[in-house]
Amino acid sequence: MLVFDRVFKRYPDAEDALSDVSFQLEQGEMVFLTGHSGAGKSTLLKLIAGMEKCTRGQIIFDGQNINRITEKQIPFVRRKLGLIFQDYKLLQERTVFDNVALPLVVAGNGYHEIARRVRASLDKVGLSGKETKYPITLSGGEQQRVGIARAVVNKPKMILADEPTGNLDPELSAEIMDLFSQFQQVGVTILIASHDKALIDKMHNRVLHLDHGRLLQG
Amino acid sequence: MKYKAKRKHSLQMGFGDQIKAYGRLHAQALFSSLGRLIRSPVTFSMTVAVLGLAITLAGGFYLLLANIQQLTGNLEASNQISIFLKPGITVDNGRKLADELASNPKVNNILFISKQQAMEEFKLYSGFGDAMDALTGNPLPNVIQVLPKDALTDDTLFKELVSELEQIPEVDFARVDMEWLKRLQAMIQLADRSVVILNSILALAIVFIAGNTIRLELQNRKEEVLIAKLVGATHGFIQRPFIYSGFWYGFIAGLSAWVLITVIVLLLQHPFEQLSELYDERLNVRYLNLKETLVLLITSSGLGMLGAWIVLHRQIQQLRPD
Repeated sequence: MLVFDRVFKRYPDAEDALSDVSFQLEQGEMVFLTGHSGAGKSTLLKLIAGMEKCTRGQIIFDGQNINRITEKQIPFVRRKLGLIFQDYKLLQERTVFDNVALPLVVAGNGYHEIARRVRASLDKVGLSGKETKYPITLSGGEQQRVGIARAVVNKPKMILADEPTGNLDPELSAEIMDLFSQFQQVGVTILIASHDKALIDKMHNRVLHLDHGRLLQG
Repeated sequence: MKYKAKRKHSLQMGFGDQIKAYGRLHAQALFSSLGRLIRSPVTFSMTVAVLGLAITLAGGFYLLLANIQQLTGNLEASNQISIFLKPGITVDNGRKLADELASNPKVNNILFISKQQAMEEFKLYSGFGDAMDALTGNPLPNVIQVLPKDALTDDTLFKELVSELEQIPEVDFARVDMEWLKRLQAMIQLADRSVVILNSILALAIVFIAGNTIRLELQNRKEEVLIAKLVGATHGFIQRPFIYSGFWYGFIAGLSAWVLITVIVLLLQHPFEQLSELYDERLNVRYLNLKETLVLLITSSGLGMLGAWIVLHRQIQQLRPD
């Protein structure tokens, strides 16, 4: 599903953010990406989502060479991905329904299709009945679940989560991880960047460890 | 089989579905952008007012000129030449010459005015009637008024005819009372050119005003744009509602300008008609006709969209999620 082959990323006038990173994710795997802050976790995720381009090496996602695609193709790669962020990145002045519907609207789906899939998605994350609420009225855990509903509504091949539990207490964090496990069970590939060691240890999943841009295990 | 087809439908889009999806995206962007504009009525009405005034100026100048041209257009038809015959030529000879000229292919119409007729007219209209009686002879010459063919609007052909007439031995001189008309025409030409230049400048202003308004709107919705990009929105998708905002600004400003211009013409109708009566013509004041109204609306909508497009083209590419 995802192959990193000797990937380097260098920002101008800085150390290598990623240096000689190679690994492979199979379909349906759920893997943690860990390391100190500044180790290159976010950079790695950004490379997959086409938000940055690697300096050297190859990234193959779903049979497509990510660093060779044009600016115009990036949106279509992102439609195969579900992105989840530490700060949720929800539109505060839009309802929960509108937030979750965004990936479907962007892809040009019809209203009935959108309504059906948004409801199914909200149901999966346990937020049925909150469609007309605004994100600001929800708790942090609920907001992150809206973010997750948005990430999975388009049936992505892979979910990328950048510190998804960074702003949540351990109990809520465990709930979110449970959700991820459920998606994994239906065949979605999941890559979670996190430095919450206690949480990762509890999960018994494969762990990729980044240290100053280098991969230690994997 | 039926189930399979339906399943495919939900996972993968066929060509027909893609077209449908495309149409849906456009319709959605068109109306959502209007809805968004109306939800911030102050910004919207201020921008529409500024754009509307600029369009009113442009359309107003155009219509003013069109009305003046309508006045002078009727004057143009009367470019006649008066040829004054030499004092020794008798009335009979004069008539003979007039008949000869009437068969000239360049001439449309001939009117012979004998010196007696001229004197009577002069007495009647000049107010010197009694003083004229005191004169022993008639000092006025016989005159032939020549109206050239309509086709002779070309200046050189017209001049040729005048010199041809002057070369006839019986003719003293030919006079074209056209200088003032020419000056007027030159002035109108100048005004015509000025309106073109002025309207180009106003068009540029409309593009910049619309563009700047759209730029501010984009700044306000930066977060939304970034998130849309993250969930796979194409540039086209992001750009579309803003382009339609530009369209609405232009279109509604164009409509307001049309109303304003019509009200202005309505106010000027009476004085204009009084003026046209002084020219012995009763001309109806001209409003924007259907074609001009369409051109006005299409141009103003187009300029609004152009302004939006120029701004968006660069700015959306520069907005990158991080």
